[in-house]
Parts: sequence; structure tokens; C-alpha cells
Amino acid sequence: MSTLTATPAPESHVLRIMRRKRLLALAVPSVILAYLVYVFFAFDLGGLAQRARMDNARILLADTVSYKTHVTRDNRRETLSVSIEGNNRATFAPDRIPDWVQTDGEQTRILLGGGQVVTYDGPRVLFDIPDHGTARLEIGETIGLDLPSPDWPASINASDSRVTITTDEGRLTVTRARTETLRYFWGWELFFFDLNSPFSGMSATQVIATVLAGERIRPDVSNLSLAISNFWNNGIWRHGEVYWAIFETMLMAFLGTFGAAFVALPLAFLAAQNFAPSRWLRFVVRRVFDFVRGVDALIFTIILSRAFGPGPLTGALAILLTDSGSFGKLFSEALENVDKKPIEGVQSTGANAVQRYRFGVIPQVMPVFLSQLLYFLESNTRSATIIGAIVGGGIGLLLTQAIQTTQDWEKVSYYILLIVVMVVAMDSLSGWLRRKLIRGE
Amino acid sequence: MSAPALAHVQTEYLALTRRRRIYGGLLLIVFVAIFVSGFRIADGRNAGGFWQGLHQIGDFPADLVREAIEKAANLPGHMIRAIPALIETLNIALVATLLGCILGLFLSLAATRGLAYWPRMVPVARRLSDIFRAIPEIVIALVLIFVLGGGPVPAVIAIAIHTAGAMGKLFSEVNENVDLKPVEGLASVGANWSQRMWLGVIPQVAPNYMSYSLLRLEINIRASAILGFVGAGGIGYELRNAMTFGQGKFDQAAAIFLLLFATIVLVDQLSASLRHRLTHGAPA
Repeated sequence: MSTLTATPAPESHVLRIMRRKRLLALAVPSVILAYLVYVFFAFDLGGLAQRARMDNARILLADTVSYKTHVTRDNRRETLSVSIEGNNRATFAPDRIPDWVQTDGEQTRILLGGGQVVTYDGPRVLFDIPDHGTARLEIGETIGLDLPSPDWPASINASDSRVTITTDEGRLTVTRARTETLRYFWGWELFFFDLNSPFSGMSATQVIATVLAGERIRPDVSNLSLAISNFWNNGIWRHGEVYWAIFETMLMAFLGTFGAAFVALPLAFLAAQNFAPSRWLRFVVRRVFDFVRGVDALIFTIILSRAFGPGPLTGALAILLTDSGSFGKLFSEALENVDKKPIEGVQSTGANAVQRYRFGVIPQVMPVFLSQLLYFLESNTRSATIIGAIVGGGIGLLLTQAIQTTQDWEKVSYYILLIVVMVVAMDSLSGWLRRKLIRGE
Repeated sequence: MSAPALAHVQTEYLALTRRRRIYGGLLLIVFVAIFVSGFRIADGRNAGGFWQGLHQIGDFPADLVREAIEKAANLPGHMIRAIPALIETLNIALVATLLGCILGLFLSLAATRGLAYWPRMVPVARRLSDIFRAIPEIVIALVLIFVLGGGPVPAVIAIAIHTAGAMGKLFSEVNENVDLKPVEGLASVGANWSQRMWLGVIPQVAPNYMSYSLLRLEINIRASAILGFVGAGGIGYELRNAMTFGQGKFDQAAAIFLLLFATIVLVDQLSASLRHRLTHGAPA
């Protein structure tokens, strides 16, 4: 009330406040807008459209949901090979060629979807689209192309030395050295078993039936352990390595977080006002915490990987160093907030210093420490992925490698999926533990 | 209560404490065992071992400091040359925080019971922010660098998405403590959803939102420097280049280290004092 009576004209005062608020409500958005306009030019968003590689995006998407099988004829050696994604390790043995490739040595018929057929016949290649006729290609000094009609429904890119015909079902590329047809299939190829495995090519029900009731494929091992080992050692997807990498990433987060807590806990006592033995020591320890927090994880990571080389330990140490600063600050703040009464109570029963800490202080700060620790564990799982990409360890390394090869996009999607699952699982685990340990539910 | 009954209670209690202490001790032993074996696994899979590396840990910083001191005259020049890159890093962080917080605001409103525009979509909005939060920035950044080419935009998008997820969760926790009376009051005079939110909810939560956003800005500056290191431009990229020059040219790396450190500390201090003002009011 006193403010109301003190102001000479309350109405004009209120109006002034409202005017200021209205001005602020206008000024803040316009400042933000002006900043965004500045950034638009600073980041050269106008030029982004030219730099963006939409064909890359298409490759990425197509590779993520589908794969292609290459049927390749070496025109000089006159040999035929069928392989998945053109991968040497995923080449079909001559007696296990899929049934949509029909070959009798001389002539090869490749049945694409929708009734389209590509035929390799010596130096001649035929591409047949039902109801629209057959395109003929002749491999000589140059590649001759003869279309049945000008509006033949395919996209064609032809030069003297190279002809590419693309339809929705597949793609044919003819050069003098080789003739190659790609057929697209949905899904991830050979995800469970590679071509060396006796299980490859079986449907899911067949695999289950073989594992449960089938005769032993190898007499010395059961079908189940054979299936598991074939999956684990899959030569294309390398599941064993991938799950090791996930484990490494989680290990980095675990070691880093708890190691930081071990380091920070005793130091926090030195930095807390009510426990510090000397003011100078407190000042020094606090500045150390500030420094360690201020030096970015990136800087630590670089310095540590110089000393320890690439690997999960380097990542764990980088997390440890960065977080010991944060933990030291958080823990010492928690210690400064402890209630003195329980400590005095414990002391009145004749407890010594250790017992005072054990029964008077620790029970008060433990819930705070634990909940901070679990929060950091979850966020460090994510950091460990990023740090792994820099120091070269864990799933972060596999991800960057897969992206740098720019072909295995299905693996990139797989790794991303695994990372998201890992982080979500870690998040729920830490939430569950928090509820269990702290609230005692 | 009779004396034997009291003695019984006492023995029961002591047995209980003993048991608890044994469990606690066992848990601690198991935990230490896991920790030590985990350390040994990590050590075994590292290129250089822990004990071999430990005495080298000071070598690189020592080189850095020695060269920085030897060529102290070069440092200001290197720093000035790195400033445009630093500004780019800061811009990435600021834009990403801005966009992420705006997106996170909508996500949080959609994820709060009682405020959501479509109450049925509350679980969907929550899962969406969980997923946004779970994807590490580097994943989106690397994929987008492949599509959009190197530069700040992939980093902005990557950090903004992660920020939106994190803010969606934090903001919705704030929203849950909102007093609904102003919202009901606005509803009773016929305000539509956006008016109810803008006039009834936002004024209540704005200080908390601002405080969280500032904290996020600190985190995002670090993230933006790291993303630069993997190819998204800015000071991280400069640092990476400077590191590859090798011995004898570490003065440039040292200059960038110093600049980055100073910036992070400065922004942290600034944001801490701003947050202090937001939560405790302006100094009179």
C-alpha cells in the first residue's frame, strides 16, 4: 500500500509500466528477428540451396530402406557374378545364385520386377519392358543403342562409352568393360546371416524350425549356437563388433561418471564452507573446479588422446576430468546446505569425526549426490558417443567411419537406431534407479 | 513395555542394522569389482595403456605452453584471426538455442496435461521430445553434413533438435507447477488457446524458461565447438586444423585454446549472473 500512496498519480504510474511492458513485448521479438536476419546472411542460407546435395539425400534414404543386388558381366573375361551391393564378401556362389537370375553360360536372363527382363547375350544386351517393346544395346567400339520408340518409358543417359537405363525396378549400366544390372529390394540385406552361413536365404519360420527341430547342420554344434555364432560373426554387419562398440560407449560413460564422483567427493569437502580446513585451501580447490569445468571436454579429449592414444579409456578419462569439476561444485554446494543438527546430535553421543561424517553428513547428502550422479550417467552416454567419434572408440567411431565411406547408409541408420535405443534405455534405467534409491518406491 | 520385550526390540534392531550394513558392504564390493574390471577392459582396448600414458599426460600441454611462451608475440595475432570463427561458433549456439527453445516451448505445452491443445497427443509429444533428446548432436550433424555440405547449418539443426527435446522435458516440468487459475479466468472470458497460453501461462513460467535457456546456451556453445571439430565449421574446425600443423606450430593451437577457454568462462559468468537476477530478482 505504501507504494500506492507514495506515488503522486497511481494511474499514470500504472500506465507508464504498461507502456514499458508493451514496448518490451514489441522490442524483444524485433531484436530476435533482426538477429535472425543477420544470421541468414552470416550463414549464407541463400547459397545453401546450391550447396545442398539432394541426390545425396536420395541415396541416403534409398539405402536406408532398400538394397540392391548387382548382376555384373565382365565383358573382357566374359564372367558373370551376382553380389549384394557389389560387395566382394557378399557374392553369391555360382550354385546359389538367386532364381531371378537365369544363366546357362552363354545367355543370362535377369527378371526385374513388373515383368521387365534384361538379357545379356554375348556382346548384345536387351532390356524388355512389357507392352513397350525391347531396347537393344550393342557393345562394340562404341555402345550402340536402339530404342523401340522415342517414348519408351525409362530414363536414359547415353554417351558413346556408357549407357545407363533406369526404371522403377532397376538400373542397367553398359560400358565396354562391363555390363551391370541393379535390382532393388526392400529392407536391410543379409542382416541376420551372411552368405557364408547355412541359414542365409531361409525365411524366419524356416530358421526357427531348423533351430528348434531341424537336424544338426554341423554335427559338432547345436543349431542354436550355430545360428547365434553366425549372427554374431556376420561378415557384412559385424554385429559382434557393433555390440562391443555399444558396450564400450556405455563403459566410457560409466567409468567417467563414477570416476569423477570418486575424485570429486573428497575434494568437495575441502571446497565446502562448513567443512573446509582452511580458507586458502578452499579458495584453491574451488578455482581448480572452475578451471576444470571451464576447459571444455573437447580440449581435454584432445590433450588426453595425445597421451593415451585412441580408445575407450581416453574417452572415459576425458569425461572423468570434465565432470569432476561439475561434481565438485555440485557436491560442495550440497554439503554447504546440510543441516547442522543431526551432526550435533551424533556428536553429543560421543561420536568421533569419522562417525560424525558417516552418520551425520552422508545420509543428508547421499540422495542429492546419487541423483546428480544418475543424471550425469545418462547425459554422459550421449557425450561418450560424441567423444568416441573424436578419440576413436565405441559406437561414435563406427558411426563416423560408416558415414565417411558414404555408401553404407543402412549401417548408419542401424547405428543411429542403436544409439537412440541405448540412450533411451540408459535414461529409463537412471530414472528407475533414482526413484528406487532416493524415494524408496 | 517390559524389559524382555525391550531387549527383544533392541536385538531385532541391531540385527537389522547389521544386515543392512552387510548388504551395503557387499554392494560396495560388487560395485568396486565392476569398476575395476571395467577399467581393465577399457585399458586393454585402448591403443596406449593407462600406465604408459600417465607420465606423458603433461607432455603435450607442456609443449603447448612452452611454444606459446616462446612465441608469445604471435598469440594476439592468432587470436584475432580466429575471432570470425569464434563468432560463427557463438552464432551457431545462439541460433540453435533460440530455435530449440521455441520448438521446445511448443513441445512442452503439447506434453503437459491440462494445457495441451490436443490432450490425446500428450504421450506422443512426450515420446517425441524423448527421442529428440536421445539423439546425440553429432549423429544429425554428420548426416546433414553429407547432404547439406559442411558449414554452420547442419550444426544449428543438430543442436536445435537436441535442445528442443531437452527443453521440451524441462519446460513441461515447469508447466506442471503452473497455477491454472489465470488460465481458467482467461477461458471464462472467451480467450482462445493461444491467448490462454500467452497471457495465462507464459508470464508465470518465463523466468524459469529464461533461466533454463541460458543454462542451455552454455552447454550449446561447448557442443558447437565440438561439432566444429568434426567438420561443421567455427572455432572447432580451426582448432582441428591448428592441431594438424604439429610440433613447432602449436602457438596457433594454444591461441585458440585460450580464446575458447576465455569465451566459455565469460559466457558462463554472464549467464550465471543473469540467472541469479532471474531467480532472486534484480539487485535493488
